[in-house]
Amino acid sequence: MKIRNYWNLRDWGADIWERANRPKRVAIAVTSIILVAHLPFAGASFLATPIAAYDAVLVYPVGIFVLMALGLNIVVGKSGMLDLGYVAFFAIGAYTMAIMGTTTGLNTWEIMPFGIVFAMLAGVILGLPTLRLRGDYLAIVTLGFGEIVRLVVLNSSWSKGPNGIANVPMPPDIGPLKFKLDDQKVFFWVVIIMILLTIWMIRRLSVRRPGRAWEAIRQDEDAAELMGIATLKYKIWSFTLGAAVGGAAGVLYASKNLFIAPEMFTLNVSILILACVVFGGIGNIWGVIVGATILGYLPDRIRFISDARLLVFGIVLVVVMNFRPDGLLPRKKREKAIVKKEVNA
Amino acid sequence: MRLEIKDLHVHYGKIEAIKGISVVVDEGEIVTLIGANGAGKTTTLKTISGLRKASSGSIIFDGQDISNVPAHERVDLGISQAPEGRGIFPGMTVLENLEMGKFHRKNRKAEMSDDLDKVYTLFPRLKERASQSGGTLSGGEQQMLAIGRALMSRPKVLLLDEPSMGLAPQMIANIFRIITEINKTGVTILLVEQNAQQALQRAHRAYILETGNVMKEAKASELLNDPAVREAYLGTGAHS
Repeated sequence: MKIRNYWNLRDWGADIWERANRPKRVAIAVTSIILVAHLPFAGASFLATPIAAYDAVLVYPVGIFVLMALGLNIVVGKSGMLDLGYVAFFAIGAYTMAIMGTTTGLNTWEIMPFGIVFAMLAGVILGLPTLRLRGDYLAIVTLGFGEIVRLVVLNSSWSKGPNGIANVPMPPDIGPLKFKLDDQKVFFWVVIIMILLTIWMIRRLSVRRPGRAWEAIRQDEDAAELMGIATLKYKIWSFTLGAAVGGAAGVLYASKNLFIAPEMFTLNVSILILACVVFGGIGNIWGVIVGATILGYLPDRIRFISDARLLVFGIVLVVVMNFRPDGLLPRKKREKAIVKKEVNA
Repeated sequence: MRLEIKDLHVHYGKIEAIKGISVVVDEGEIVTLIGANGAGKTTTLKTISGLRKASSGSIIFDGQDISNVPAHERVDLGISQAPEGRGIFPGMTVLENLEMGKFHRKNRKAEMSDDLDKVYTLFPRLKERASQSGGTLSGGEQQMLAIGRALMSRPKVLLLDEPSMGLAPQMIANIFRIITEINKTGVTILLVEQNAQQALQRAHRAYILETGNVMKEAKASELLNDPAVREAYLGTGAHS
């Protein structure tokens, strides 16, 4: 028992947080944000990634993965719907940025709301007919949706088909902070701000009615309906908010990468983001952040072993999931105990 | 207040599970639907609460046809169900479960402590377990929680789906005693049961369902002494 407790990082962290008073909590939060914001300056340490530029890796995959995983966690973790087509919303955001950025002369920040709204619209359009489905059926439909979006941009002239869209404009400078290709610190800080906004949104919603409703739907959808919860409405909200975060991530990604093509938005991305959520701990924001950070960072850190790196990556996944089947930082323990009990009964 | 089901048909895919059932529940009654597995008892209840769509027929509640009202809005009208297999939220505490029962109420904050008191008076055990998570309760306690949670929405009609399922005899007697008590506070009850003996002792009227049809409708006390019913549903051997 002792050993288990020692390993229970979630409870350990929650303990410190519970015991801290308000000023202490603010201090912890501010210190961690400052520390994380300084990460791009640690390029010379053991954190450095061979081959790929360290500051670029921090933005993509790491930062954007964390952002997307947080968005997907609203859908998969909070309301318990398996979405295998999350990349579609990322793609919609990215293509909104690329097309509007190259044709209208609007800048990234002006296009951001469009990307978010288009992704949300896609979420509603997909959600209305399909969210009546549950479990595996929903997973298959969303998987199909992800592929549809990719195939549409691959075969359309307005998206320049397989050639992709080049010369996507960078975001305009914010005062002294300049967005540069060879120094992506500012991009990283923008990602951090977006991540913080997402965390703030999720935490606000979690303690209010939508959070309660999602929780009920996840645990027993029929019972939730019997409590007077408009389950379809709340499921669509969850789906749409997840889509919004994905869309925002897409806009930023296109603006950072300057070039996008359909092959960047394959099923692999959806699966990888889902893996981040599961690996870190479904439903727990901090777990998801840790999971996405590790899964985003690891492949680039071990790039020096070239071809074997995906093998190592896979082994790490399998080993960790074996020792921690609920993820690195699982959600509250009392829910875990129950799942086991139900299996036995 | 009167709940009336007229010529109800329900399909699962192509299979017709309910083949034209008509049931009437008057205000203040305890009415029970009894029958074997696959008779359509649970399906009938789910169609009344809105979890399943009727293929044809109508459900009239308080003079209004509610067949096309979605399930979550039927709760507002005063229909509340304690689902089969209890259907509690295992990851929420007992208190949180009970609070969920009030999710849709407009003035839930004002009503909360009153109604919690009422439920705790009916089920003192739930008060002891208030901060324990639902999934760690025993079967009987979970059933109490399911009923208590259904009462939190101040229903006019309470639909109970096999409250005795999987419970020890003493707990069954206890649950049925409380059901009678709830009825005395003015809540109409539609009870689906396989435990015909207990159900018929507590109910005013009963319907016997067989493979999607109503076979018989009568006063519960009459059925309790009906030789054919005793033969089919109550057992005639050592128990009687």
